[in-house]
Amino acid sequence: MSLLHIFFWFLTALALFSALMVIISKNPVHSVLWLIVVFFAISGHYILMNAQFLAIVNLIVYAGAIMVLFLFVIMLLNLNKQTEPQKHIWLKFSGIIAGGCFLLSVSNVIYNAQNTTLELSKKAVLMGEGNIGLIENLGKKLFTDYVIPFEISSVLFLSAMVGAVVIGKKN
Amino acid sequence: MPVQYYIYLALALFSIGIIGVLTRRNAIIVFMCVELMLNAVNLLLVAFSKVHYGAAYLTNKTTDAGIDGQLFVFFIMVVAAAEVSVGLAIIVMLFRNTRSVDINFLNRLKN
Amino acid sequence: MSKLIIFLVPLLPFIGFLITGLGRKFLSKTLTAVITNGTVLTSFIISLILFFDVKATGGKVYSAFTFINADAYKIDFAFQIDQLSSIFLLIITGVGFLIHLYSTAYMNDEKPDHYARFFSYLNLFIFSMLLLVMGANYLIMFAGWEGVGLCSYLLIGFWYKNNNYNYAAKKAFVMNRIGDVGFLIAIFWLLAKVGTLSFQEVFSEPVLSKLSQADITGITLFLFIGATGKSAQIPLYTWLPDAMAGPTPVSALIHAATMVTAGIYMVARSNVLYSLSITTQHILIVIGLATAFLSATIAIKQNDIKKVLAYSTVSQLGYMVVGLGVGAFTGAVFHVMTHAFFKALLFLGAGSVIHAMHHEQDIRNMGGLRKKLPITHITFLLACIAIAGIPPFSGFFSKDEILAAAYAKNPVYWIVGVITAMLTAFYMFRLYTTTFLGTYRGTKEQESHIHESPKAMTIPLLVLAVLSVVAGFIGVPQVLGGSHELHQYLAPVLTSEKAIHLEHSTEYMLMGISVVVALLAIVFAINKFSKKPEMEEPTGFGKILANKWYIDELYDTIIVKPVIALAKFFKNIVEKLGIDGLVNNVGVFVQYAARQLRLVQSGQVAGYIMIMVLSMVVFVLLWFYDTSILKLVEKLFY
Repeated sequence: MSLLHIFFWFLTALALFSALMVIISKNPVHSVLWLIVVFFAISGHYILMNAQFLAIVNLIVYAGAIMVLFLFVIMLLNLNKQTEPQKHIWLKFSGIIAGGCFLLSVSNVIYNAQNTTLELSKKAVLMGEGNIGLIENLGKKLFTDYVIPFEISSVLFLSAMVGAVVIGKKN
Repeated sequence: MPVQYYIYLALALFSIGIIGVLTRRNAIIVFMCVELMLNAVNLLLVAFSKVHYGAAYLTNKTTDAGIDGQLFVFFIMVVAAAEVSVGLAIIVMLFRNTRSVDINFLNRLKN
Repeated sequence: MSKLIIFLVPLLPFIGFLITGLGRKFLSKTLTAVITNGTVLTSFIISLILFFDVKATGGKVYSAFTFINADAYKIDFAFQIDQLSSIFLLIITGVGFLIHLYSTAYMNDEKPDHYARFFSYLNLFIFSMLLLVMGANYLIMFAGWEGVGLCSYLLIGFWYKNNNYNYAAKKAFVMNRIGDVGFLIAIFWLLAKVGTLSFQEVFSEPVLSKLSQADITGITLFLFIGATGKSAQIPLYTWLPDAMAGPTPVSALIHAATMVTAGIYMVARSNVLYSLSITTQHILIVIGLATAFLSATIAIKQNDIKKVLAYSTVSQLGYMVVGLGVGAFTGAVFHVMTHAFFKALLFLGAGSVIHAMHHEQDIRNMGGLRKKLPITHITFLLACIAIAGIPPFSGFFSKDEILAAAYAKNPVYWIVGVITAMLTAFYMFRLYTTTFLGTYRGTKEQESHIHESPKAMTIPLLVLAVLSVVAGFIGVPQVLGGSHELHQYLAPVLTSEKAIHLEHSTEYMLMGISVVVALLAIVFAINKFSKKPEMEEPTGFGKILANKWYIDELYDTIIVKPVIALAKFFKNIVEKLGIDGLVNNVGVFVQYAARQLRLVQSGQVAGYIMIMVLSMVVFVLLWFYDTSILKLVEKLFY
């Protein structure tokens, strides 16, 4: 088992465990912190796949900006106590069943797809190599082929900003 | 690394996100679960992008096949950031009106 | 004869119907009377021409156009003018015209629009009746048949503000419908078996050979069911006495002279078929005799002047059916003719009396009208003698011919017939005596108004009286030195009639007995009722007769009440619980389901998401495992 595999399994286990902790934690602040751990694990996966730009952006945007925003709101609203009203136990149970059904049915589909003409088992992810995840290549592509979506996304940001201000404003 | 490992991982994260949405009442946690699901999809996109790249890389070392997948991830992050800003604003307003972030108060759809 | 003239015969009354019916708000009484009487009179004149034409050249079929042309079936709108129909044409238009004339005076109290309505109905009736008689196939005949039924209904219920009259009209209509169904079934049967309805074709040898004995018996029986409805035979006769609710001229025209003889005409027209079925003939004889006898007994105890005449009509129709049954088709037609004269006369006379007495119909309140209504009295007396069968009046010849034929078939039939004849003479002279002889028994106020009717009413009476007296001479049998011209005239149509062979001495004896019996009954009736009319309510057996053998009550119990009970059952159980229940429960279920489904629309975001996830699961399964799911379903259900 190579170092790559060790990292892969470690990060996978970390991501799944932290994700579970996000939904299990009673305290919202803990959830936020566990979610940041998930994002770090996913960024680790990106680095394993040599998608360095996305790994960093993921950390900066998600873990850095978005999650801080979450924390900020929780602190602002003073929700960092275990005040959340709990759902009825049957509702929780049925939610888990529904999610489990989804997991099972889709994973069954994937499992069956391994041996079909799709030959999923023969498709491998190129690890550690390749330079498409580097900032230089992504930047070139982004400012040539994808320049229009890129510029339009700035409009999206503007409208989101305006919307957030309008909604958040006291009326 | 076989691609189905990544698929299973992304699927597991996505399902955990679904279960979180279905079982929690705190609107902020629900929102975080949505972010988790988005990230699962991002992970899957990057994995697929590398699959395509890997297939093309065998014959052409300078190819940029699969780069679109990573750009999609970039745009998803952009949209997610915008969505979070608006969503959190809504939650703040909800809290301001009901003194709670319980999603059971989000039942205005009924009328 | 040109086609146009033939078609004018029924068309003229129809035009009269249209003019007076549509213009009833604008036409004056005089104009209405002129139009309607004129059309019928013209028809009568044309009928006369036709009669002589037929006499000279024989019968013929005139086709206007193809009425129904479907696959193998081709039915023409055609009229058949032959010996039989020309006789009926004369009766219908002749008596019809006299009664039109009579009605101009009789209905003079009505408002102009009702007056016009009455005459338009009468014209429509004449039209329908002519259609019935002239039709060259069963379909045209049926059209006329339905038309006269409709007019009968309209005219019985003419005074529609009286609900009892409406009930009588409804009863007549429903009873007739029952018979009509039989007629229709016969028509369909015939059409299915031989593919044609035309008289000429049906009665021809090659077509008849297509019919089995069972077919002929069935068709004739169903036709006869139609005849029992229209011609008021047991078991469908009860509508006719109730039909007296209509104005008296209507009773005279429709319910005595013409419409009720439609059944007789139809059977006579189909004589070829009837002569082929022994079973049907026996049924005809039995029903005819039973009807004749039963209604004669009922007539004895009736006190309404029109009711007596109504039962008398039923009884005489029974005679005609017996005549048809024993194969004396000429006799039956002969009796139709003479009966049309004297019964129309009797009804018109009764109408004259009723008119004079200001709508008093109970003979117990009359009496002694002999001096006050001389013309009515004389004509009424002549008609009574005619119907009683005293020679040489018309009724004698026609009735005797039927009785002689019945004797030739079986003496028992003859005995019942003679007893009925005796009863006829008895109740007719009971009626005559109570009404015209003795002393006046009505109120003073009525007495002061009693007067002889105007000329428009007395002239028809006189004409009909003459006809009642002399009409018999066209059918004087050979045994009395005559040549029976009617028989010779009708022979080409009534081909299946076999001559009866009786010894001359036997015939003399039969005539003698029936005349003597009738005379005895007359003398007895005059003696019994001229001094002391029957005033008190009858008791014992008389009460049963006065209540018409309780036939109406019987029908009420065994038919009407069960039908109403069935209708109630359907209304309360099937309709309310079944159909309404189904409809309402569907509504209730939808409401319930909606109320339950509304809970799903809770507005709870979490609930929506849950449903969304489950739906995604379902879609994934359906998308990727559709074949496996189908196999599973097959395993589960097959």
